[in-house]
Amino acid sequence: MSITGVSLKVSGTATLLAALTGIPLSFFISHREFRGKQTLLTLINTGMGLPSVFVGLFVFIMLVPAGPFGFLKLIFTPKAMIIAQYIMVTPIITGVSLAAINAVPPAIRENAYTLGGNRKDIAIVVLKEAKFGMVTSVLAGFGRAIAEVGAILIVGGNIAYTGSVGGMGEGLSYTRTLTTAITSETSSGDISVALALGLILITINLSVNAVASMLQRRG
Amino acid sequence: MTAHLKITGLGKTFREQRVLRNINLEVERGEIFAIMGPSGAGKTTLLRILNLLEKPDTGSITLDGDTINGTQQSGHSAARQRISMVFQSPALFNDTVYNNVAYSLKVRRMDKDIIKSKVSQSLRLVGLEGYENRNAKTLSGGEEQRIAFARAVVFEPDLLLLDEPTANLDPGNVAKIEEVIRTINRELNTTIIIATHHMNQVRRLADRVGMLLEGELIETGSREEVFEGVADERTRAFIEGEMVC
Repeated sequence: MSITGVSLKVSGTATLLAALTGIPLSFFISHREFRGKQTLLTLINTGMGLPSVFVGLFVFIMLVPAGPFGFLKLIFTPKAMIIAQYIMVTPIITGVSLAAINAVPPAIRENAYTLGGNRKDIAIVVLKEAKFGMVTSVLAGFGRAIAEVGAILIVGGNIAYTGSVGGMGEGLSYTRTLTTAITSETSSGDISVALALGLILITINLSVNAVASMLQRRG
Repeated sequence: MTAHLKITGLGKTFREQRVLRNINLEVERGEIFAIMGPSGAGKTTLLRILNLLEKPDTGSITLDGDTINGTQQSGHSAARQRISMVFQSPALFNDTVYNNVAYSLKVRRMDKDIIKSKVSQSLRLVGLEGYENRNAKTLSGGEEQRIAFARAVVFEPDLLLLDEPTANLDPGNVAKIEEVIRTINRELNTTIIIATHHMNQVRRLADRVGMLLEGELIETGSREEVFEGVADERTRAFIEGEMVC
């Protein structure tokens, strides 16, 4: 797979999994009172600013052969990178979604209830009202994931095939992403390649945001 | 004969402050009953309890003899299907007018053709036929409130609660909304309870009136009785504008 392909696959999968966790979690936190809610909110807020190298180190310790999950043999694979990015992105999507849900006026919920909606019907109404905030949360999560370098460098190892290995073509990436490639190309002095990769990275981010803006305008 | 709506010994306290105390009231089917009183008198709390959004601390409410909200919560969900409310702010959903008005019918899993017909009837009732495909958020304040009325009555509730429904509107739109209220009452025979502090609105709309002051229903009677033969000095002071709202 190409470097861009690996970037999109790893960050896209991590963001998708984080959205599937974070959006329902934000809904649950917003609508239920439970013991430890405040602690969970503090953890989410802290998680939104987690240093990526710390996450990388944590996942590395968990996944190395001597670690508790070493038997899964995931270290230096795209799956390890997805896990690291998932840990970083989930609090962002949860936190931003929670803010969007909390911004829906209580009168909207009360009207839905007054009109005969059950818990599920009311949840759907709130979700529709907060949909732009939800899209923003996923975009913010994807933005963090695709631009992230520290964690995936530690747990992915920045591996690319420089020769023909196992029938695979030369220059194909295994765990090398746009960001880790920029790091290595800069280190080796190939600034023009690093700049070109940076341009691709920015183009991806711009394209994703442009599509989201278009969807928001359509309502 | 049992009253359509009967409130007995209703009381509510928020953070050690008694908001409602020993409210007793009977309202007949098809009546427009106005609850007037200054801001903070407890009007909204009373309506929210009637609308099952709040639970009373004491007392009970019955609708056609069925207890709907009280310290015992029997009949709560069945009553939910018979009561509707229009709030001071329309709070329309960010969707088309059709989907707003159709909401209560969709959650009742009604047939699509029936929904279409009822939405159409309801929009005619509020004078906004042909607005189905408009985005609800692009309407004027008066139109939004009329859509809120169409949405509230499309499932033909027995009891319609109105909490200061014209508070944010200009006189032209106030007149339109009052006409909508009369039409709903006349054509659907809906019992209406309206909370307001606008004296002229009470005079124009109400069959009977109750004066709520500091959480107590101090006087009830027909419109004529309350406005022309005031028994309570505090009601007279409110009507004559001596009481600050």
